[in-house]
Amino acid sequence: MTILQLLWYGVIALLFAIFLFLDGFDFGVGMATRLVAQTPAERQLYMRAIGPHWDGNEVWLITAGGAMFASFPLWYASLFSGYYILLFLTLVALILRGVSFEFSAHAETPRELAVWQWANFCGSLLAPFFLGMMLTSMIQGVPMDAQGNIWAGFWQVCNWLSIVGGVATVYFSFLHGLHFLSLKLPAVDARKMLHVSSKVYWIAYPALIVFVLLAIFQTDFYTARPLSTWLITVIILAATICGHWAAAHVRGGIAFISTGVTLAGVIAFIFNGLFPRVLIGVPAKNSLLIQNASASPKTLTIMTIVLVCLLPIVLIYFIWSYWIQRKRISSSDIQGENGY
Amino acid sequence: MIGLASVLDLSRFQFAMTTIFHFFYVPLSIGTALAVAIMETIYVRTKKPLYKSMAQFWGKIFLLSFAVGVVTGIIQEFQFGMNWSNYSRFMGDIFGAPLAIEALLAFFMESTFIGVWMFTWDRFKPGVHVIFIWLTWLGSTLSAIWILAANSFMQHPTGFEINAQTGHVRLTSFMAVVANPQLWVEFPHVIFAAILTGGMVVLGMSAFGLLRSKQKREFFTKSAKVGAWLALVGSLLTIAAGDMQTRYIINDQPMKFAATEGIYKDTTDPAPWQAVALIDTKTKTVKSSVDIPYLLSILSYHSTSGSVKGMNTINKELHAKYDKKFGANMNYYVPVKTLFWSFRFMAGVGVLSALLTFLALLWSRAKKDTLADKRWFLWILGICTYLPFVGTTGGWLITELGRYPWVVYGLQTIADAVSPTTTAGQLWFTNIVYFVLFCVLGGVMVFYSRRTLHHGPDYDASEVNDTKQVHGNAREAYQA
Repeated sequence: MTILQLLWYGVIALLFAIFLFLDGFDFGVGMATRLVAQTPAERQLYMRAIGPHWDGNEVWLITAGGAMFASFPLWYASLFSGYYILLFLTLVALILRGVSFEFSAHAETPRELAVWQWANFCGSLLAPFFLGMMLTSMIQGVPMDAQGNIWAGFWQVCNWLSIVGGVATVYFSFLHGLHFLSLKLPAVDARKMLHVSSKVYWIAYPALIVFVLLAIFQTDFYTARPLSTWLITVIILAATICGHWAAAHVRGGIAFISTGVTLAGVIAFIFNGLFPRVLIGVPAKNSLLIQNASASPKTLTIMTIVLVCLLPIVLIYFIWSYWIQRKRISSSDIQGENGY
Repeated sequence: MIGLASVLDLSRFQFAMTTIFHFFYVPLSIGTALAVAIMETIYVRTKKPLYKSMAQFWGKIFLLSFAVGVVTGIIQEFQFGMNWSNYSRFMGDIFGAPLAIEALLAFFMESTFIGVWMFTWDRFKPGVHVIFIWLTWLGSTLSAIWILAANSFMQHPTGFEINAQTGHVRLTSFMAVVANPQLWVEFPHVIFAAILTGGMVVLGMSAFGLLRSKQKREFFTKSAKVGAWLALVGSLLTIAAGDMQTRYIINDQPMKFAATEGIYKDTTDPAPWQAVALIDTKTKTVKSSVDIPYLLSILSYHSTSGSVKGMNTINKELHAKYDKKFGANMNYYVPVKTLFWSFRFMAGVGVLSALLTFLALLWSRAKKDTLADKRWFLWILGICTYLPFVGTTGGWLITELGRYPWVVYGLQTIADAVSPTTTAGQLWFTNIVYFVLFCVLGGVMVFYSRRTLHHGPDYDASEVNDTKQVHGNAREAYQA
């Protein structure tokens, strides 16, 4: 394994972690439009809170996918074809979620508006569920042939660990979304978000604990790399408790960071456990490794140069776009703007 | 496998469907973004509220197009891995990098600045705010370069070697991939066609606007002018770039070229151009045709002499060249009729657009200003809103079907590229869902665009500063 291969393995992990951190709260806000909001106007306000940002957040997924294709083409090919139906369903969910913002702005009747608000909710609920399922199904080992093709049957994709993994991703995205809203909505609504969040935590704990227990039995993470895996597990648990405490004490900022750490921690958990593999094959000899799944050193070098040149610029204007729109929004914002 | 169709056929159908649908919105978004950017720039320079209102009104059409374009774009990146995993393995070393660069360089730019542009009309000075739409446009244009760089490699591989161990393509020169001559004839053609598309849609919708309402005459006449200028410049440059591309393809992919002209036997010198022809693909003959003497020589070589090789000759040459590697059973004839007619539709759209926009500009110039009164012409323009999409689809059919039987020209066949693990049942399922989804998305997008047009702009000459009404619809919906 070369330094460049290692670097790009880390970059892919980082891109997925940033994606889940950012789009995670978009998904959570989408869930809140049905689970917390009571009126269409409230739903529209929630969607407005992420209106300027969701598209940019989703680009982190596209970048992660593109970077995976560029740096580990064999991984990209096997993973994406092997999880065909799950990825297809994820795409449908992302499509519904994506168009709902623009289409709901054009709705004229309550029914029309309801259709697109439902599309937003369903897309926001299902996308993290399917993605979570894929990531946690993958770490249990999947039937692979010597060419790297994944022949996953229904039970490999859909099993206890992957369902709990999907559900946990949904719960933490939901919490993350509530915490984001607590930072963006008027003070009264913000308190309501944290109040709901501190209750939702009680059902997130069991999901997390069941997930860890299943992962101990269903994956080799805790035996192959016990120290780092336990460390990350503890960090995730600590972030969860910290988030709960912060939500209960109406500290939106800390709560938001905590759920973000939990979501990013899930990616760290997966990538740490996979290492030095990228796909765990059954039989083990067919596993794809960082070493043999990557692009050529030349491509990796060029991609590194591109990344080093472009990512800082992207980060500057990306963060700037959040900074200039950091103020809390209110219902009057929906009316005076060209947006929604 | 479920009878009816093979995994290969279904995968090809899916790629064609998702890509064609996505590519309705790509040129529309690039083109309308440019139109909006120009309108807002005029507003900044002249301070006339009419142009702000124009930028906001056409901005809504742009945003609708962008919304559908973005969501169907994710499919594109994912489906290489999902449906074409062997292609991804074979091509990964070359193909992934442009996609990743596209995301980093272009997608972040357009998605970030479109979000800023939409929500900060009141926050920034007009001179600053206009920069955001220009950056959005720049982002979408940059994305076209990178995805076409990837596509160009499939048409004309450069800067690579074959890895002896894996049999996969390996990058040798990134500069050669970017400097691919195919890219630099393809990119201008695509980007000018996008400008044509945006212009024609603004022009056509303005024509419908003029037909509906007398009060908005000034607004829609001025909009029509911006659209017509864009479409005129776009169509002329598209035709010029297309001419460059044609003359490049004669040498680079002669089979593609011969098929677009329906030539089986080598032509005489000078070569006549078959305007229309009855093609029999079974006997590989042209039954009858309407010929224009000299024209094919002129189109191909800018000269009154020169013959063009026919498909029969090219077929023999390709067999001689590739039989060792790919076997003697390969069929090198591309879908001739589709290419022949696609080319005629595409070229027809280009010429017709140039003609119509020229007339529109002639009749809308300040001295004359009779465009709004010529109802018959407004009807033609209105219907031609849909015209550019015929042209862009035709263009892509030629480009992609014309490299048959290869997915990567001369290196990998389409049949070898498909995912071995997907099943016909899965593909039927995904094809049907995509189809239904696209019908809904396309239908809603057109419906909302039309309704936006029917409501008209918020611009009212008497209360020019009132922009509060924009997007007031959703509010009424809550109250109802």
